[in-house]
Amino acid sequence: MIALDDIDRAILRALSDDATLGAGELGRRFGLSQPAAWRRVRRLEEAGVIAGRRLVLDRQALGFGVTVFLGIKLATKGRISFEDFERAVQAIPEVQVVQHVLGRFDYRLRVGARDIADFERVLRRRIMTLPGVGQIEANVMLSEERRPGPLG
Amino acid sequence: MQVDDIDRRILRQMQADPGLPRAELAERAGVTSASLWRRIERLREGGIIRAEEAVIDWRKLGWEIEVSVRFTLDKTQPGFFDEFLHAARKVPEVTEIQTFLGQVDVRLNVIARDMAHYQEIYRERILALPHIADTDALMLISTLKDTAELPL
Repeated sequence: MIALDDIDRAILRALSDDATLGAGELGRRFGLSQPAAWRRVRRLEEAGVIAGRRLVLDRQALGFGVTVFLGIKLATKGRISFEDFERAVQAIPEVQVVQHVLGRFDYRLRVGARDIADFERVLRRRIMTLPGVGQIEANVMLSEERRPGPLG
Repeated sequence: MQVDDIDRRILRQMQADPGLPRAELAERAGVTSASLWRRIERLREGGIIRAEEAVIDWRKLGWEIEVSVRFTLDKTQPGFFDEFLHAARKVPEVTEIQTFLGQVDVRLNVIARDMAHYQEIYRERILALPHIADTDALMLISTLKDTAELPL
């Protein structure tokens, strides 16, 4: 596991807000030379702490007004049913996130759709027909914010 | 703001590979690099591109536990929603906050170093949040798919 100092944490915080910041700008903000800032970013990338970039779009303006979180419980349990379900669910383009979880549900899904009618189509034609699906709970997302997390 | 086919092509390529250097992005989207810069600037100013964020892999920093904590709120007192959200934002281990229309009112994504640490956060910080009527938790076992991609 990689150890971070205060400057590393400040850099991570800045990049998790704007990943396009260059080493020059990061250096100016945190009192480092450009090469020193570059080396720190590079180290965080190589350690896998910076796992990539996320493009955040105005989904509404692009015609994808509805996001729904689903909790799904499988009706039949066993290795085969988990594998079949997992393969099929990941192939659905509207399903953006699939997580295997422990609790009231077996899986949690994030589904992006154009509108409620489009979501209903995805739910009926693609989700409810998945192999092994049992109980489904749907919650329509109203707002979302990402927090910086424990970066001091 | 108007988004034309070329903008969509650029956004599609950015979504598919958010870390792509701009020069390569221009080539893939079939535009000159001057035109790419201009269009990205316009999409940012128009709010279509809200952010490009670095994705942090918390596990690489020793945060092994990730839990989706879901709340139903007590709606009897005015201002309950804002008070809850305000308090939740002060918990550093909360990395995402979503609000919903449905069975669940709010979801918090909570990370912890290990189970003992999670128990401490849950008891001392999560259950201390105001206006909770009911809560349940889904513990993450594995993420099988995670994309923010919209089928543009």
